[in-house]
Amino acid sequence: MSNIAPSLAPATEPARFDVAPERRTPFSAFLRRARRHGGLLIGAGVLLIIVIAAVSAPLIAPHDPYAQNLAQRLIPPIWHPKGSWEHILGTDKLGRDYLSRLLYGAQISLLIGLLTVTISGVIGTVLGICAGYFGGRVDAVLSYVITTRLALPVVLVALASAALVGGSLEGVIIVLGLLLWDRFAVVTRSATQQIVRTDYVAAAQAIGCSTPRILFMEILPNILNALIVVATLEVAHAILLEAALSFLGLGVQPPLPSWGLMISEGKQYMFFSPWVIGVPATALIFLVLAINLVGDGLRDVTAPENRT
Amino acid sequence: MLHYTLQRLVVAISVAITVSIVAFFLLHLSGDIAISIAGPEATPAQVEAIRQQFGLDRPLVVQYLEWLWKAVRFDFGDSFYFRSSVVSLIASRIPVTLTLGAISLCLSLLIAVPLGVLAAVYNGTIIDRLALSFSVIGQAIPTFCLGLGLIILFSVTLRWLPVSGASTWKHYILPSIALGWYAVPAVMRLSRNGMLEVLSADYIRTARAKGLSPGVVIFKHALRNAIIPVVALAAVQFGFMLGGSIVIEAVFSMHGLGYLAWEAIARNDFPVVQAVVLILATIYVGLTFLADILNAFLDPRIRLA
Repeated sequence: MSNIAPSLAPATEPARFDVAPERRTPFSAFLRRARRHGGLLIGAGVLLIIVIAAVSAPLIAPHDPYAQNLAQRLIPPIWHPKGSWEHILGTDKLGRDYLSRLLYGAQISLLIGLLTVTISGVIGTVLGICAGYFGGRVDAVLSYVITTRLALPVVLVALASAALVGGSLEGVIIVLGLLLWDRFAVVTRSATQQIVRTDYVAAAQAIGCSTPRILFMEILPNILNALIVVATLEVAHAILLEAALSFLGLGVQPPLPSWGLMISEGKQYMFFSPWVIGVPATALIFLVLAINLVGDGLRDVTAPENRT
Repeated sequence: MLHYTLQRLVVAISVAITVSIVAFFLLHLSGDIAISIAGPEATPAQVEAIRQQFGLDRPLVVQYLEWLWKAVRFDFGDSFYFRSSVVSLIASRIPVTLTLGAISLCLSLLIAVPLGVLAAVYNGTIIDRLALSFSVIGQAIPTFCLGLGLIILFSVTLRWLPVSGASTWKHYILPSIALGWYAVPAVMRLSRNGMLEVLSADYIRTARAKGLSPGVVIFKHALRNAIIPVVALAAVQFGFMLGGSIVIEAVFSMHGLGYLAWEAIARNDFPVVQAVVLILATIYVGLTFLADILNAFLDPRIRLA
């Protein structure tokens, strides 16, 4: 009955047209809570800066990231006494401008994170929803598939597969996408199991909705919050794994400016010029930290009861 | 208990067999192995000879069954590159990885569990917040970056510890820190949550009302119950560490199982790669099986559910 009261209220007092009526939509409630969450704001801020820097890399990069200049090898960054404004973050072993490579490298990291999670998210969500909705034998088989996937050593299998497909950007994305769906499947499965017993799913079944309709129109929107949180954290996971693969020389291949590859190429110079690995490592840590803060923050804000 | 154990054992064995299928076909379906072994300059006749020599001309299913039948008797064939049997290679390399994994696990448990307990006992205070921030930041540092950072700090600048290798105990200190680091946030969060849940239980209130000292309540009554899920997580993390040690072994040039796999992958040495994938996966399956059984033993609700 309480929802009738607000609709009657405007009739008794004069309506104010100069003030927009305050709407309590779920989204505005979300924004209100998000504004009070420090970690989420910091993470989103840093992430936004990195995304803008990556997208506008062609505009703001001071040099061509692939242009070599052997006369200007290993110039230290600006805070070093021998640094110069010409190369703010210095140059690498081939004299390529480090800041430009860092900016273009952000594109690669973000691209790999997003595309990998798109592939793995679709696989994991479909498996998880089916396991949770159908239960019984389907659940037993799909849980078995998930258990098997968890038993495979990810780094090793990713390395071996990436080496077999030839270590290209597309190869890394496909390999990681086909491997990293386990957390999606586990989370959607348990979330679906909770929703299957609700009245609106029973109602949809009773009026004869098709199974795909129930799965994707009734259940999927209601587990979307949990999915977004997993997707965010998995982007960070994929970026870390790509960096590890490229560091081991079997991921993204030179001359592409992947951050993991930059660290790998700088490894032999780290004793005399530690910044060669320090700069890309710091960038990587900031990006992953920002994404993790956003993921943790989204979980706190959308589903405080799932906090871990 | 026996019924539950048998049930888990059947699942564990069938997962191990499925993994062996994946490990085998993953490498065989992706390209012509004979061409990879022969090298780019080989003539078609040489490729054909190699195909017959290694038995690659037979149906895949036959090859798989033969490989599996040998594998269960610890015969993984000969390495293409190292010119010695895969088993002797693995036997010479696995002690390094197991030692590294065990030290890393002990280190991470020694840091994470007390930190989690501390955060739960002082829930909501600055200690709790610091512990949680530490776990968020900890998760963002890639293991190889941490490893390289430790080398720069302790080996190059301070000159306290060796840069690479695995010959003395000093060589294990930095790699163990780098490898154990990754497990700390997860273990810490789990022990913190377990403690928080247990500390609000009725029997803790009873124990406090009886006038027991806080130390006895926390360590004797609460921690024992809160630690159960950590046991399972520790087993799983040990499996992850063995699988993830490939990166750390590459950073510190430790000639363990991961390093062997890395060399083998870079050289298309398929028998070694298959064997390492299978062994690591089987160890992981065995560990989760043990964790399940131990959990059921510690917590009767699991085995009776």
